[in-house]
Amino acid sequence: MVDSEAVPAQSPAAGPQGPAAIEVAHLIKLYKTTRAVDDISFRIARGSVTGLLGGNGAGKTTTIAMIMGLVLPTSGHVQVLGHAMPEQSAEVLGRMNFESPYVDMPTRLTVRQNLTIFGRLYAVRNLAERIEQLASDLDLKDFLDRANGKLSAGQKTRVALAKALINRPELLLLDEPTASLDPDTADWVRQHLQDYRRTHDATILLASHNMLEVERLCDRVIIMKRGRIEDDDSPDQIMARYNRTTLEDVFLDVARGRVAEGAP
Amino acid sequence: MNKVASEIVTHRGISSHRIQAMVLRYWYLLMSSWPRLLELIYWPVLQIITWGFLQNYISQTSGFFARAGGSLIGAVILWDILFRGQLGFSISFLEEMWARNIGNLMMSPLKPIEFLISLMVMSLIRLAIGVIPMTLLALFFFDFNFFAIGLPLIAFFCNLIFTSWSLGIFVSGLVLRNGLGAESIVWTMMFGLMPLACVYYPVAVLPAWLQWIAWMLPPTYVFEGMRALLIDHTFRSDLMVWSLGINAVLFIASFATFLALLRSAKRVGSLLGGGE
Repeated sequence: MVDSEAVPAQSPAAGPQGPAAIEVAHLIKLYKTTRAVDDISFRIARGSVTGLLGGNGAGKTTTIAMIMGLVLPTSGHVQVLGHAMPEQSAEVLGRMNFESPYVDMPTRLTVRQNLTIFGRLYAVRNLAERIEQLASDLDLKDFLDRANGKLSAGQKTRVALAKALINRPELLLLDEPTASLDPDTADWVRQHLQDYRRTHDATILLASHNMLEVERLCDRVIIMKRGRIEDDDSPDQIMARYNRTTLEDVFLDVARGRVAEGAP
Repeated sequence: MNKVASEIVTHRGISSHRIQAMVLRYWYLLMSSWPRLLELIYWPVLQIITWGFLQNYISQTSGFFARAGGSLIGAVILWDILFRGQLGFSISFLEEMWARNIGNLMMSPLKPIEFLISLMVMSLIRLAIGVIPMTLLALFFFDFNFFAIGLPLIAFFCNLIFTSWSLGIFVSGLVLRNGLGAESIVWTMMFGLMPLACVYYPVAVLPAWLQWIAWMLPPTYVFEGMRALLIDHTFRSDLMVWSLGINAVLFIASFATFLALLRSAKRVGSLLGGGE
């Protein structure tokens, strides 16, 4: 188990890796008697891409939901872009966005209508231009005026990504961003996320089961198991520590309780 | 990041543009679905036809109802304002649950109060689509001019719509907290009010202990007021003031309950998904 106590002990505003986009301290979430998240602490620097890895029920989605303010922690603290969540959510919700397989966009509305509604909710200036730009970037033009419910899974994911990017968020939270996508589309989405991060200096936190995705996108990986942080480092450092050449092998080691020498 | 910050307009307090965005969302939905539009008109029309003929029949056989000048049809229309007002509010809310869109909205800068205001606006729009044809039918087929009630109609309407919003806010909170398993409450709750609100008969008909409960409900005052106007040709402003006072308490209580249920939904994690 990684002792991440030292991480939130750093200055709330800045640290060795620059100012924090997300700070989580001693976060616990109990659903009745189940400990979905069990005393986790971490700090994510602005402009970084961090992957939350873990099997089903590891607590990734609950952690992201608490960061977003959609789920209240049982105890502990979350700060997003310098503001306490959910108390000061009004200060930051316009500066962040998310995509999750647990929510959908209205199916009867066209893609353009959906993006218009969310663009207005986020007070995006020059909205029509922004929608055209996203349609071009994410290859939505052919179905911009088609109902969302009539799109394929891959097209829906791209639309959900367009919604997540509509306000040019400083912080992007993604839960399984490429689930249900074919390898070509998934690769294309990853490329777009990399481009977005580079051009907007955005912070990305993504939960994923896809180890290749995490290896390719993330500067840092937080591995969760049964609500706790099992490991927290760069992909290379983690693979070296477990004496493995892929994150998938590390994941299997952690999931099956095999701990390599040097691993925490 | 500065580029990003400059793109975003930060709003504090209630924002009219976010309310407009939500109203636009429901408008798009309504216009994209003719069954939804038809449903808004279908039941009110059926109601007025059924009760209109009944009123005609009773008027011919009963001297009291002949003098009562359309009190049955008036009651049907006012009841529909109450019932459709709540449904109009709650169905727009349910659309978000059915679409699994609640998480997107709650994660956006949209505030709960803005969300509720947009639902109120939609309830007025849906009500207008359903009730205006109803009043025209009453005028042309049953010779009852609903709008001839005049200024008191504004007091009746406002009191009924406030009650419908309060109930709409309360049941929406229940669905938010308990998921779509609680959906049936949306459709049935208002009918529980019907016997006690004395829609078609005076409060005096009820046993004394039930009258006490009936007078706790704002719509009771409206229906009594309507009968006083149509039968006795007297506008009872005192009844309207009482109704408004109770409505104010009910509205504040339902909003506070909604916020408590929203918080509880966040505690149990029911905002993600929104299923049963």
